[in-house]
Amino acid sequence: MRDLGIDVLFKGSNMLRLLEGLWVSMRISLISVVISMVLGLLVGALMTRKSKVVKWFTRIYLEIVRVMPQMVLLFIVFFGTTRVFGWNIEAEKAAIIVFSFWGTAEMADLVRGALISIPVHQYESAAALGMTELQTYVHVIIPQTLRRLIPLSINLVTRMIKTTSLVMLIGVVEVLKVGQQIIEANRTSSPNAAFGVYATVFLLYFIACWPISMLSRYLERKWC
Amino acid sequence: MVLIMADELVKIDHMTKKYDENTIIEDLSLTIHEGEVVVIVGPSGCGKSTLLRCINGLEPIQGGSITFRGESIDGKSKHINEIRQRIGMVFQSYELFPHKTILQNITLAPIMVQKRKKGEVEKEAEELLSRVGLLEKKDSFPRQLSGGQKQRVAIVRALCMHPEVLLFDEVTAALDPEMVREVLEVLLSLAEQGRTMVIVTHEMSFAKAVADRVVFLDHGEIVEEGRPVDFFEHPKTERAQKFLNTFTYDKVEKAK
Repeated sequence: MRDLGIDVLFKGSNMLRLLEGLWVSMRISLISVVISMVLGLLVGALMTRKSKVVKWFTRIYLEIVRVMPQMVLLFIVFFGTTRVFGWNIEAEKAAIIVFSFWGTAEMADLVRGALISIPVHQYESAAALGMTELQTYVHVIIPQTLRRLIPLSINLVTRMIKTTSLVMLIGVVEVLKVGQQIIEANRTSSPNAAFGVYATVFLLYFIACWPISMLSRYLERKWC
Repeated sequence: MVLIMADELVKIDHMTKKYDENTIIEDLSLTIHEGEVVVIVGPSGCGKSTLLRCINGLEPIQGGSITFRGESIDGKSKHINEIRQRIGMVFQSYELFPHKTILQNITLAPIMVQKRKKGEVEKEAEELLSRVGLLEKKDSFPRQLSGGQKQRVAIVRALCMHPEVLLFDEVTAALDPEMVREVLEVLLSLAEQGRTMVIVTHEMSFAKAVADRVVFLDHGEIVEEGRPVDFFEHPKTERAQKFLNTFTYDKVEKAK
């Protein structure tokens, strides 16, 4: 069998460097996920309000995020603002800003959908039992909303983790970039390194996302 | 049967209910006395369900007043939750809480709203469940029950709050025919216990059996009211006659 180019991983500290790269990816995505979840809950709750102004603003926000490729957003925040506003945002911070901006919009839309999917009769039957609005939300509406939300939002989390591979384009040295560096550095000594390294990167992403995906499936089965 | 007209429990006085410009109920007055079973019948869209929802303050009214033991019922007032605890309501689509077990569905409001002791409420809930034949379902979730079973649980859930009047909004309309009876039998046994009830239904033979008084509603007004024997056997108004006729069918005469 031909050389699969796996040997480079055991040269020097290559494997450790890849893992460090993975940590950068995970750090960016986890911070963005936390920010998105919190802001998304708030914005999502806002979206169910009747106010026209609020509806209009959240609508525009959501549309921008929907039509704009994340890469374009990354370039605007990282390269664009430097010249125009003179801001010098670190690449990793720029990435977190963009991913939170994107994640918040998607999360808010999920929250909105989950909230409006609770039938109005649920509110009424709670009211008919003499429950206050607060009691109704705490014991009846929010638990049901969360149940609908968790599988969907976990899906979003895995998508955010995957999409962080874009941040190498603004110079963040994350797992994919480290992989490229290793391949470049070993071009002559192990020409087949591309296969072994990228396969390892694939495996690392899989190890990061798969348990989350399994958790979502488990929760869906248990709660739906 | 001798009717002893005890205290007035619910008093609807010249009430008007509108949705935007559409008048659903106009200048309607009706008094429900303690221990009385009032059945409201009428064609679809006549305002029967709306009337029931107004009694519980779920719908704002645009004129007149509704009082419960002299206290005004207003969905926006701060006391509405206290009044609602004393008025039980069961809906057509049961509306159990899907994320809670049957027992939790029943005990949630007595524990949270009335601040009663968990043990005591659970004991009562189990007693009530066994009375409607569903004790073994207490740890099941609503989705595991049939429509008729869910509706019986919804009735128990309302009962566990010790309401002074029970409102039933077409509680069998969403059920398969063979499940209608098991639910109506629960209602009949409640009537036997002397509970005050207001029932909106399309089941005429049941209405006849359970009612102390039948109220016929059409186009948002009371067209006729009276004892069930009088109403069903000898309706006075033409509209009531026409309505009751929709429940009988003539024998098909085949062409020879």
